Amino acid sequence: MKPLVGLAAQSLWNRRGTAALTVFAIAVSVSLLVGVEAMRSGARESFARTISGTDLIVGARSGPLNLLLYSVFRVGDPTANVSWQSHQLVSRHPDVAWTIPISLGDSHRGYRVMGTTRDYFRHYRYGNRQALGFAAGGPFRDVHDAVIGAEVARALGYSPGDEITITHGIGELSFTEHGDHPFRVAGILVATGTPVDRTVHVGLDAIAEIHEDWRGGAHSLAESSRHPFDGDEPEGGYRDALPEFPTGITAFLVGMRSKDAVLQMQRALNEFSDEPLTAVIPGVALQQLWQIVGVADRALFIVAALVVLAGLVGMLTSILASLRERRREMAILRSVGARPLHVFALLLLEAGLLALAGVLAGIVAAHAALGAATPLLASRYGLFMESAGVGVYDLQLAGAVVGAAFIAGLVPAWLAYRNSLADGLTIRT
Amino acid sequence: MPRFQVRLGERVFLRGPSGSGKSTLLGIVSGVLAARCGRVGVLGENLGALSGARRDAFRAAHIGLVFQMFNLLPYLSVMDNVLLPSRFSPLRRARARPDPVSEASRLLAELGLATTGAPGRSVTELSIGQQQRVAVARALLGRPALVIADEPTSALDSDARDVFLQLLMAECAAADATLLFVSHDTALGGLFDRRLSIAEINRAEPHLEES
Repeated sequence: MKPLVGLAAQSLWNRRGTAALTVFAIAVSVSLLVGVEAMRSGARESFARTISGTDLIVGARSGPLNLLLYSVFRVGDPTANVSWQSHQLVSRHPDVAWTIPISLGDSHRGYRVMGTTRDYFRHYRYGNRQALGFAAGGPFRDVHDAVIGAEVARALGYSPGDEITITHGIGELSFTEHGDHPFRVAGILVATGTPVDRTVHVGLDAIAEIHEDWRGGAHSLAESSRHPFDGDEPEGGYRDALPEFPTGITAFLVGMRSKDAVLQMQRALNEFSDEPLTAVIPGVALQQLWQIVGVADRALFIVAALVVLAGLVGMLTSILASLRERRREMAILRSVGARPLHVFALLLLEAGLLALAGVLAGIVAAHAALGAATPLLASRYGLFMESAGVGVYDLQLAGAVVGAAFIAGLVPAWLAYRNSLADGLTIRT
Repeated sequence: MPRFQVRLGERVFLRGPSGSGKSTLLGIVSGVLAARCGRVGVLGENLGALSGARRDAFRAAHIGLVFQMFNLLPYLSVMDNVLLPSRFSPLRRARARPDPVSEASRLLAELGLATTGAPGRSVTELSIGQQQRVAVARALLGRPALVIADEPTSALDSDARDVFLQLLMAECAAADATLLFVSHDTALGGLFDRRLSIAEINRAEPHLEES
């Protein structure tokens, strides 16, 4: 077989124009597959690193996925609020290390506004238990201070000190702007690659103040379900004494002192008799969510695999097309002692060599492109590629594609074998 | 004629128009085609009794072939083309003394192609006459006992044809090879030990032997 490898390579080199096109087609399809796979694992990775360090997310009674979506991903709307009393009760529990109340429902030029406390900047973790950091400025000190995520700052061109207005409701075109309450950008967070980047953070008291004013307005009824401020509290009372903040919040995040207590606390909250609550463990809920999102992800993989198949079919076509004009080549080889089996092996090797070259080129190109794109993907889309190096997956892929090429190569090999048996030494042109 | 027989070392001229069965005869003698009946013996081997693979191995070891034209693989250098038989036959490789490359160089030099044998020299740069001489060098590499030439001169002009024929005869004689030469051009027959018409062979009893 050894002399045949050289012959196959030299024969291919002689037809290097078409061979290069075939290799190129396979390389493109393989690099697409490698790229899709890297994106897949990157997306999965980014997804799992959205929130960490939080033991429980607590909201009004709803499905765990719904709670996760609006509290962490800022997608969708809460069905109901959680009373401040319940939050206080949990935060005072001896097993609870910290709680972060969050209040959603407003927006700024399409970006969600989230009311929270300064504990958010202290305790919130993402990725591999990374804390939030400030790229500029610091946490809010005043009622009208806002801390904006990296993407908000980049997209809207804000820097600390700029004034922004909060829009009531969600979406770019909202009902009314809270024009009389301009906010000042106090800080800009470091990019995290999570929904935090797309969030405008303000104090809970600011949210309360906005909506206190609104309560008397024409929209109060529409708003009362989302922000059921009771109005029993004295004007401005919550601003001075945050711990007694007497209103509803959207949800709160809980950090436990001991991981052993998490399940117990979750059960207690889900069975809480004073108020219907749902408590979810973020990791578990993320897993459930990924099972749904992962369908699209698998579809993408199937499409990429089909493109590889198309590349191999292209190779098959080009080899089959060359057979007719290569009958002379086969006859010459037979005249110098090549057996029909040699001819068979020669064409099989040819398919294998084409695929091998295509796979190698594709893997190298894909990793070069991924390496170049990794910083951009991380900063723009929050997609973190774990490793840019060639891994076991690439080797498996290479093996699978070359194997498939050999199987596809059986077709032209068999045809050439049959031709060379029939032709013998007569050369038909 | 009960049988068609060629003696060892004999130079036989076989003449016949195209379509008269020359190619079939050569295919049978060289073991590419199997005879439907009769006995085909070449160099003491009964080809009819051999399997296809064994006939292929036999051809690789003992027979050198030269075609009308396009004998060479365009993607191999002149040297690699000449060395082809030694790739497929260990016997031819062993008989090419002192080694296949030296023998190929010697054959090319004797055929007036000393400069074309340089490594990497492409066969596409050669004239048809030169290509035919390279084919002779390849057919003779490793001293096969039988050289079969199928219309090797029909693509050459008359000057090149004469030079080619003389070289072919001389090299076959030097290598002690039996030469079976097929052509429709009866004018070439004078140089050969024996002249036969394909029509006579076609009347032969189903015995075809060469020893």
